[in-house]
Amino acid sequence: MTENILEVNDLVKYYPVTRGIVFKKTIGHVQAVDGVSFNLRKGETLGVVGESGCGKSTLARVLMSLEKPTRGSVKFNGQEIYGLGASGMRRLRRNIQLVMQDPYTSLNPRMTVGDLIGEPYEIHPDVAPKASRRQKVQELLEVVGLNPEHINRYPHQFSGGQRQRIGIARALALRPEIIVCDEPVSALDVSIQAQVMNLLEKLQNEFGLSYIFIAHDLSVVRHLSDRVAVMYLGKIVEIGSEDEIYERPTHPYTQALLSAVPVPDPSSRETKAIIRLTGDVPSPANPPSGCRFRTRCWKAQEICATEVPELTVREGSDHPSACHFAEKREIVATHEAGELTDLPTRTL
Amino acid sequence: MSNVFVSEQSEAAAAGHPSGRLLEVEDLRVEFRTRDGVAKVINGVTYHVDAGETLAVLGESGSGKSVTAQTIMGILDTPPGFVTGGEIRFHGRDMLKMSAEERRRIRGEGIAMVFQDALSALNPVFTVGFQIAEQFRVRRGMSRGDAKKRAAEMLDQVKIPNAKQRINEYPHQFSGGMRQRVMIAMSLALDPEVLIADEPTTALDVTVQAQIMDLLAELQQERQMGLILITHDLGVVADVADRIAVMYAGRIVEEADVHELYAKPAHPYTLGLLESIPRIDEKGQQLRTIKGLPPSLLRIPSGCPFHPRCPMAQPVCAEKVPPLLQLGPTRASACHFAQDLVSRD
Amino acid sequence: MSDPTSGSLVTTSPGEQPGLVAEAAPAPGAPPQQRDKPRGLLGDAWHDLRRKPIFWIAATFIVLFLLMAIVPQLFTSVDPEHDSNLSRSLVGPGSTGWFGYDLQGQDIYARTIYGARASIIVAVVATLGTVLFGSLVGVIAGFWGGWLDALLSRLADVFFGIPFVLGAIVILFTFNTSNSGRSTVRITTLVIIALVTLTWPVSMRIMRSSVLATKQADYIVAARALGASNTRIIFKHLIPNCLAPVLVYATILVGAFIGAEATLSFLGVGLQSPVISWGVIINESQNYIRVAPYWLLFPAAFLVTAVLSFVMLGEAVREALDPKLR
Repeated sequence: MTENILEVNDLVKYYPVTRGIVFKKTIGHVQAVDGVSFNLRKGETLGVVGESGCGKSTLARVLMSLEKPTRGSVKFNGQEIYGLGASGMRRLRRNIQLVMQDPYTSLNPRMTVGDLIGEPYEIHPDVAPKASRRQKVQELLEVVGLNPEHINRYPHQFSGGQRQRIGIARALALRPEIIVCDEPVSALDVSIQAQVMNLLEKLQNEFGLSYIFIAHDLSVVRHLSDRVAVMYLGKIVEIGSEDEIYERPTHPYTQALLSAVPVPDPSSRETKAIIRLTGDVPSPANPPSGCRFRTRCWKAQEICATEVPELTVREGSDHPSACHFAEKREIVATHEAGELTDLPTRTL
Repeated sequence: MSNVFVSEQSEAAAAGHPSGRLLEVEDLRVEFRTRDGVAKVINGVTYHVDAGETLAVLGESGSGKSVTAQTIMGILDTPPGFVTGGEIRFHGRDMLKMSAEERRRIRGEGIAMVFQDALSALNPVFTVGFQIAEQFRVRRGMSRGDAKKRAAEMLDQVKIPNAKQRINEYPHQFSGGMRQRVMIAMSLALDPEVLIADEPTTALDVTVQAQIMDLLAELQQERQMGLILITHDLGVVADVADRIAVMYAGRIVEEADVHELYAKPAHPYTLGLLESIPRIDEKGQQLRTIKGLPPSLLRIPSGCPFHPRCPMAQPVCAEKVPPLLQLGPTRASACHFAQDLVSRD
Repeated sequence: MSDPTSGSLVTTSPGEQPGLVAEAAPAPGAPPQQRDKPRGLLGDAWHDLRRKPIFWIAATFIVLFLLMAIVPQLFTSVDPEHDSNLSRSLVGPGSTGWFGYDLQGQDIYARTIYGARASIIVAVVATLGTVLFGSLVGVIAGFWGGWLDALLSRLADVFFGIPFVLGAIVILFTFNTSNSGRSTVRITTLVIIALVTLTWPVSMRIMRSSVLATKQADYIVAARALGASNTRIIFKHLIPNCLAPVLVYATILVGAFIGAEATLSFLGVGLQSPVISWGVIINESQNYIRVAPYWLLFPAAFLVTAVLSFVMLGEAVREALDPKLR
């Protein structure tokens, strides 16, 4: 087993809900992330899936130390990252980088591509001497599949997919060990998504990166991840290898989520059994007692309202799941993809 | 070429296709006159939808799928958008030649539209009930009380719990999924014969998305509406569509029955799309990508607009625009080599 | 700076335009387009501006007025102050004195030309002061937020609450006492300070709200994730992206201040003789409007044209910077 590069333990992030302008009174908390623990191994991709409001983006911000957690610990290579001094923090920033969702808003429109990708070197001048920076930026452009001669262009002269490549190049500049990808392909067109996903895979192999890949698209996550964590209302409800989650899901929420994903195959219309969830995700400011999923769960019993289910391996299952009644159920009929046949070149 | 009959689609239409079609778009052309030049957004789009049928219009951003819908609805921004040719026939009558008053009457009662972003499509300062009831009052001359009662019924039909209470709430008090239901209730209020849904579930979560698609399908069955579903999501399309029209650079590149299209695409672009999406039910799959980028609509490549990205491109592709040719009773493709694609095993 | 906008609007040489932007960008690996000079958002705005006749008309007038302010000798060889000749007192416009002569027999044309300098200096310096001070306070309030923001915003409200003319009269009456001498510099400075004091809250609010909006932008988060310091974020990311609305406001403000200076001078609390400004000339003429209307008319026309030019320029810049209006 490879070593853990990142250990997250009981991470909690509450946002206070306040009332009043001058004398602020806290009247409650939005429990955005509530007791999340997981490990990230070197060179692997951990997928984090969940619907909007499940806390996955907050998790990204807390992991990036953009926000202080309410409590909990994150250890990078065995060292606690909260409570690092300014210089320690700077060193950490080099090792954990972020790729954001929206390629249109994540690049400063007034900076050229060269300035954007070169900015990490200006912030961390010790990484690369001034003279070599331009060349380094051009190398990065090449690595992510952009024309190095476009170094003087502005972001608005690029398409969405190309901008996302610029964002990836910027994240790569400091040669980080971990990249947190927050929905990196969800704003892109279908044919461009595949290009960016392939790029992420290529970079992982080339630079030995570890990814935390946050997305709402279960198919995309399956394609890229080695392990997957499913989040619901600030908690991880199930975590396991890609096979364990997609082929042997035990948590009812995971099962419902998987069953709802449309499969691009019209012949599956009749055979597919979709588990229909009713209602919407409850507000994280006022989550249900006990198991947070119980209000939408068809298996809910009394115990679900009183006792919070632990995320542990239960009988009849091979991976941790946070359900009192965890039970295997096959949802996705996985088949090994056949070899791609080449497009016929014209033979008449 | 034995079992496949070939003929230009427009010829087929001229040769006495039953014009009892509900909604027909024929050779529609739209351009946007911008600062940087004229962008040819739609270049001869032809499709139709019949009662009780679901046509999915599939395409990426910039393919012209939404602009076509806006043109049908008569809500195209002019300027910069101008219709430069073609016809849109509703019950056989060309809507582009109608007066503004006539078109307004068709909007809502004949053809209605559901937008992607329900939050911005609903007016934030009026209650949901008021916005639905307003249509009944203005278009049907109902009294305030009756209209409100009808509005509550509509919300009930789209399965919003406690409809009676919730009509007095404002759009922001609804969750994303519920808001989209309100949107649907609103567009269905006047019993339209055709519903155009422009990316109705793109902004929603998977579990909610499934609920909304179910609802749309159910309502369509009940009312025997023609449904035009505009989307980029190949998964959603596979679940609900009867026929699919794939658009690229303002043209329809392939039109086919849903089963045929997924089983054996007759255009390299469709094939590329199908191969570039990760599938939840497949493991160890390699993603093939379509190289390059969609073209600028200001400078659409000569010949087949897809040829610079096409793995099958031949010299002829850069010279001649391939017409949308009928390959069989239920499918048509605009590729010079569609035959090869279909006849390979 | 002959053109107040050119310095900040053009980040790149306008040159050849690369056509429609995002979509026009060639595929990765494709040969780069020649003549494809990069163009920033401000470059885009400049490209837009160049096509507006309004912009050119306004700019021409402004250049003209600025020339008047800098080298009035170009326009007239007459000394506006010392060339008085009582024999021509209140002589109407003619071939020698185009705009006529005032009570002292001074050439109104020359005085109007020389009047541009004081009017424009007051307006430009007061605008710079207002915008710099207001923006600074706005950035501080918007970026740090919390109690600091609350404090600064309330302070701005207090100043904003003072009626402009009343406030100016009070300030100028208090400090511009007759026994303090009639030094040109002192009077001008006082008027500028009065204008800045009473108008900074507006630019502060503009800056604050655009900082608040920009602060949330993803690229600011991205910069933080890279470990950028606050100084870097403010100067490299926030300010360049918040400048546009303030810039537009500033252009319009120059026009407004020219008018304000004239108003105060007319009321007798602003600039005073021996300083020559359009307002001062109008003030002098007020008792002779019936006898010598041209005395009022010509400087007033200059005043209105100048104000209008700056306001029009501001409008044109605003339209060019607002992508929604394209």
